[in-house]
Amino acid sequence: MLYREAGEFKSTYQADQAILTIRQDRWFMWAMLAFAFLVIPLISSEYWLGTILLPFLILALAALGLNVLTGYAGQLSLGTGGFMATGAFAAYKLATAFPELHIVVVILLAGLLTAGVGILFGIPSLRIKGFYLAVATLASQFFLIWMFNKFGWFTNYSASGVISAPPMSVFGDAFVTGPYATAEAKYLFTLSLVVLFALMTKNLVRSNIGREWMAVRDMDIAAEIIGIKMLSTKLKAFAYSSFLCGISGALWAFVYTGSVEPLAFDVNRSFQILFMIIIGGLGSIMGAFLGAAFIVLLPIFLSNAPHWIGLNIPVDLISHIEFMVFGVLIIFFLIVEPHGLARLWQLLKEKLRLWPFPY
Amino acid sequence: MRIERDVIYIIIVTLFLMVAIPWTMGQISEDIFFEWPFFFEVAIGGLLAGVMYSLVALGFVLIFKASGVFNFAQGAMVLFSALTLVGLNELGMPIWLAIIATLVVMLLLAVVIERVVLRSLVNQEHIILFMATIGITYFLDGFGQTLWGSEVKTLNLGIPSDPGFYFDGKILINDFDLVAALLAGVLVIVLALFFQYTRIGRALRAVADDHQAALSVGIPLKHIWVIVWAVAGIVALVAGIMWGSKLGVQFSLALIALKALPVLILGGFTSVPGAIVGGLIIGAGEKLAEVFIAPLIGGGIEDWFAYMLALAFLVFRPQGLFGEKIIERV
Repeated sequence: MLYREAGEFKSTYQADQAILTIRQDRWFMWAMLAFAFLVIPLISSEYWLGTILLPFLILALAALGLNVLTGYAGQLSLGTGGFMATGAFAAYKLATAFPELHIVVVILLAGLLTAGVGILFGIPSLRIKGFYLAVATLASQFFLIWMFNKFGWFTNYSASGVISAPPMSVFGDAFVTGPYATAEAKYLFTLSLVVLFALMTKNLVRSNIGREWMAVRDMDIAAEIIGIKMLSTKLKAFAYSSFLCGISGALWAFVYTGSVEPLAFDVNRSFQILFMIIIGGLGSIMGAFLGAAFIVLLPIFLSNAPHWIGLNIPVDLISHIEFMVFGVLIIFFLIVEPHGLARLWQLLKEKLRLWPFPY
Repeated sequence: MRIERDVIYIIIVTLFLMVAIPWTMGQISEDIFFEWPFFFEVAIGGLLAGVMYSLVALGFVLIFKASGVFNFAQGAMVLFSALTLVGLNELGMPIWLAIIATLVVMLLLAVVIERVVLRSLVNQEHIILFMATIGITYFLDGFGQTLWGSEVKTLNLGIPSDPGFYFDGKILINDFDLVAALLAGVLVIVLALFFQYTRIGRALRAVADDHQAALSVGIPLKHIWVIVWAVAGIVALVAGIMWGSKLGVQFSLALIALKALPVLILGGFTSVPGAIVGGLIIGAGEKLAEVFIAPLIGGGIEDWFAYMLALAFLVFRPQGLFGEKIIERV
């Protein structure tokens, strides 16, 4: 009753092409943003902001990046972790070599550098498809991690191979990295970037470029025949995807953990991000966020659940059982809704639109 | 099997490079020691290690051929079978009985996977099935270790593991690797015979060729999937026994799946001989590179070298050396 497009007349092209065409959707989105920007920092504890919401946002950004590549452009990639590491180390080298650079500039430049690396590792995709490509992208994953581990130059010859972010502020005293940074500042900074890039991605995928990506995903030969250039389209997807992954890696190293070693971005990270977009829904911006929330919260829930119901299980056993339950839940989700949480969200909206009638 | 001319050229060039690059490196760099007996020792060691990779890759190929599923859980199945075998053995079963019991467990596992996972995901996209097998991976890793504990266990089947000297004591080869290679060879021959001459084998090949055509001549697809997963389980058990005796039965066994993936793409997802040849090339290439190239660029390159090598091959043959030629129509 409340949620329907009936009675909403669009009198301008601008209104017709809006991202959210239904008024209630727009209200909901503004309410969500207001809640995220204004209410959450006030009501959340340091723990929630710093250890749950921050990784959620950062991993959602990486999932967004992978979703562009896999969900929209159809190129299955397992190299996300490597690209995140590239972003983190590029940001570190930039921040230490040019200390006067602003943190936003550092992060954006790190993203651009990662995009370059992404293009380089995207070149094989012109010849190789499907699972062959997925395995081939593992090459980038292992090679990049090895490179950052092996060559001292990337870590400024630190003995442990760990990089630590120098304290940097957005303006004045608003530090977002280093020991003076408050959880609120970190959260708001990350949230602003993530919202910005989500908006940018949303607009990109409904533009010319996004339609080309989807054409390539649906059938690349047909796309080529109607005049879409494979080379530039696929490489654009790799570039933009690794741009987002690089930024997410830089945020992970600088804002979330503060100091990081290459192993934080190993192949399990890549799988984790891939899980997010599959559980969330391929080819959906919303899906990246829903999937990230699910994958970040599930292990926390699983490791705390035995305490809540009063069971005392040794720690290593818990971690094994966690693995088991995680695997079962993944399979369960895939069986129940192979198109991900975003599809459920869509179904819910369809139902709401017709409510109280079934159809 | 007909081998295309390209493949022969590629293999000849590869062999040439495998000899030429180490030799050149030995001439131009003082850090690298090059002598022919040493070169052959490294190469043979690599080939034998490659056979072990092939063992794991074989499991992937079997399942991909018959059901089009990229079974990421093969590594977890190796770990699970080895853990079960050792666990049963520790409970007091004699080793032959433990092996039979583990075979039964792997068969049950195949039935359960088909019933619960595959049947519910029929006709889904490949990536969904791939993710489901990653789910199986997590489950098996957790389940095996919950059941049997996570400490390192030794598996001793009485296979000799002394280093042996061959060719007048010039070349050192581990006897264990020889036995493993021999066993893998036997396994491949048995599998080939099974595929070629039995009723089930013919049905499997029919399904691999064309699911619908196979269904229409009355081959029960569901049974075939169970059989294929069971065969992959048996291959996993053999791989688990060999790797487990070599490295000890522990969690890192599951990670050898990552070693088998480049073998898989190099040989082609759909080819059993591809898995063998791919394993040999990757094994020898990796060891040679580790000894003759790695010292120049800092060492520890075995993590990624196999992938880069496979990638180089894919640029020339996007479907892998022996994979089915990809024919696309609009």
